[in-house]
Amino acid sequence: MNTEKRNTGNDSAQDFRLLAPTLEKYAKVPGSLITILQQAQDIYGYLSQEAILYISERTGIRPAQIYGVATFYAQFRLKPVGKYLIMMCKGTACHVNGADRVEEAVVEHLGIQDGETTEDGIFTLNNVACLGCCSLAPVMMIKSTEGEETYGNLTKDSVVKILDEIRARESQEVQ
Amino acid sequence: MKVIIGQGSCGIASGAKKTEDEFRRLLEEHNLTDVTVDKTGCIGTCYLEPIVDVYGEDGVLQARYVKVQPECAAAIVEEHLINGKIKEEYVISPEDEVILAAQNRIVLRNCGIINPEKIEEYIAAGGYEAAKKALTEMTPEEVIEEIKVSGLRGRGGAGFPTWFKWNAARQSEGKVKYIVCNADEGDPGAFMDRSVLEGDPNSLLEGMIIGGYAMGACEGIIYVRAEYPLAIARLEIALSQARERGFLGKKIFGADWDFDIRIKAGAGAFVCGEETALIASLEGQRGMPRLKPPFPAQKGYWQKPTNINNVETYANVAWIISNGGAAFADYGTEKSRGTKVFALAGKIKKGGLVEVPMGLALKDVIYETGGGIKNDKACKAVQMGGPSGGCIPAELFDTPVTYEDINKTGAIVGSGGMIVMDENTCMVDMARYFLDFTRKESCGKCNYCRIGTKRMLEILERITEGNGREGDIELLEELALKVREGAMCGLGQTAPNPVLTTLRYFRNEYEDHIYNHKCTAKSCKALISYEITDKCVGCTLCARQCPVDAITGMAKAQHKIDPSVCIKCGKCAESCRFGAIEVK
Repeated sequence: MNTEKRNTGNDSAQDFRLLAPTLEKYAKVPGSLITILQQAQDIYGYLSQEAILYISERTGIRPAQIYGVATFYAQFRLKPVGKYLIMMCKGTACHVNGADRVEEAVVEHLGIQDGETTEDGIFTLNNVACLGCCSLAPVMMIKSTEGEETYGNLTKDSVVKILDEIRARESQEVQ
Repeated sequence: MKVIIGQGSCGIASGAKKTEDEFRRLLEEHNLTDVTVDKTGCIGTCYLEPIVDVYGEDGVLQARYVKVQPECAAAIVEEHLINGKIKEEYVISPEDEVILAAQNRIVLRNCGIINPEKIEEYIAAGGYEAAKKALTEMTPEEVIEEIKVSGLRGRGGAGFPTWFKWNAARQSEGKVKYIVCNADEGDPGAFMDRSVLEGDPNSLLEGMIIGGYAMGACEGIIYVRAEYPLAIARLEIALSQARERGFLGKKIFGADWDFDIRIKAGAGAFVCGEETALIASLEGQRGMPRLKPPFPAQKGYWQKPTNINNVETYANVAWIISNGGAAFADYGTEKSRGTKVFALAGKIKKGGLVEVPMGLALKDVIYETGGGIKNDKACKAVQMGGPSGGCIPAELFDTPVTYEDINKTGAIVGSGGMIVMDENTCMVDMARYFLDFTRKESCGKCNYCRIGTKRMLEILERITEGNGREGDIELLEELALKVREGAMCGLGQTAPNPVLTTLRYFRNEYEDHIYNHKCTAKSCKALISYEITDKCVGCTLCARQCPVDAITGMAKAQHKIDPSVCIKCGKCAESCRFGAIEVK
């Protein structure tokens, strides 16, 4: 189900000029690697091999070390994501209140597992540790270019409804 | 008049922004130009969101409305704002009001009251007075002494005396020192730091300014979770407003001391709650802990003396300096002084944040403040301290909530998360859940944690999947004790706690899973079955819902589930209108 090619075009199309101001500011500031990677991911949606090599070239940090940092932290992705990133909270309160069943409903409805993207490139599902909205458990946050929105007190039905509404909005925009 | 709408993450998730939009639209429609709409952070009663406060011209609260969805706005605008009559239907109930009134709010003193994006409101509430007092009237030693008198202990987990850490950093040689705030609230189930960051970011900044002055730091860094975008946004606003007012920068309050604070967004790693791992992450490395000593107070960020406390700890500081350490120490018990914020969640009726003196009994926090258990089910246990903590059974609910007493149960106070569990929570599954978490979050540096958590998880998975073997419990116990002893950092040493506490208090559940193939909580899929009772009227709805056609039967006759086909998805039981499908 992974659709690496469809979402953000191929890697060679990435315009590294967008990252230049960040690198200008941080490339030679010690300890800035995570900040640089965060900004790169904000721009391109994920960290491509080319981006890692480019950052290495500019900072002098070896690619293996950058890869090591990028794979250590949950936030970084090495594959493109869909337009809407579903961050499904797997915190304790959500777990106790049935987050697994909500996740099952999403998996069944979208046909993707944790970490995968739908074929139309609209949704990516990511399980996350805790969103800190425990009193509204189960919770998910949906992140897109328009910002983040948090949804609480989810049920199997309500989560499907939320996803359908987003998809309907998307198909309208296409028309 | 002023309409104030609670907009922490929880309020927004409950629809507070839509409520605000609706108020604005209605005010315009009715041309009520003298009414202003403003926002505030989270007051703590998350189960009542969205919360709308209406203040009169005199600044007195006229009414607190709760669960105000956009469609409720019209009635409030028409009856209250136009006709001056309080719309009783939506007003907070006396019971809920008591919960707020019964608290002693030091950390949360401004949360849900002031607008976190306006520093002038923080100042009007007495903000930055303490920083001024410390910097102009007190020596750094006097500040540390005041914190010592208060008895404040780190609110992030270990409960280490705050003054001691500050003093150690002060004593360390060198001109360059750092003060760091751990705002990487990683414990699943704890959200008090988020609430402070979103609701009162200046209280953190002021605490850090005072702390920075006390230890002679030149820079402050707030290491905050990337999962908290609203917190980051509000911190940035607070920082720039504090700089404009000269609370940060050169010669603060005329003292011969320059200090500024910056934000560093974390990238998602639970282990970064460990001080040395956090420092590695600040330096742009993989967040892996190292052996102590040297402690960060001697060699921390870039090998310079560094002090790390969490958000809640710093948020106490300004209050202590203003009111005196003794006033803080009046709250709580001899060894656990002051108040503590607890995050109530799970199967609890009134989930949210409460700040109460330390030393209250668990049952008072859960039943009186938290309103008891959802759907009036039987309470089984409360989980405290997240993945490093443990499950405390209901029989021990007389335990006072202090660092020492909670430690005796095998759990820890930790950052103050309390996840309440009822009869439908399987304790073996809870242990599995936490081990799954720590196994994923283990940095992999030391063998005991990396391999030990993985092996423990495998055993727990096999038990919850119905394949538990004789000897599994003993093996788990042996592994748990070895990991506790052998792991290098706090994450690994405490990772076995959820297993050890559930084995200690709920061993029978483990035995039921392994020897009787039974999950008494009816939660582990592999160990339950669905059966149709004689309440069935033969409506055929369940048979139509079943995705694998496991249900057969004639219309108007009792149906039957074929257990060899059933995938235990539960759709039949959810759809049945007669309660005829039982989980066994």
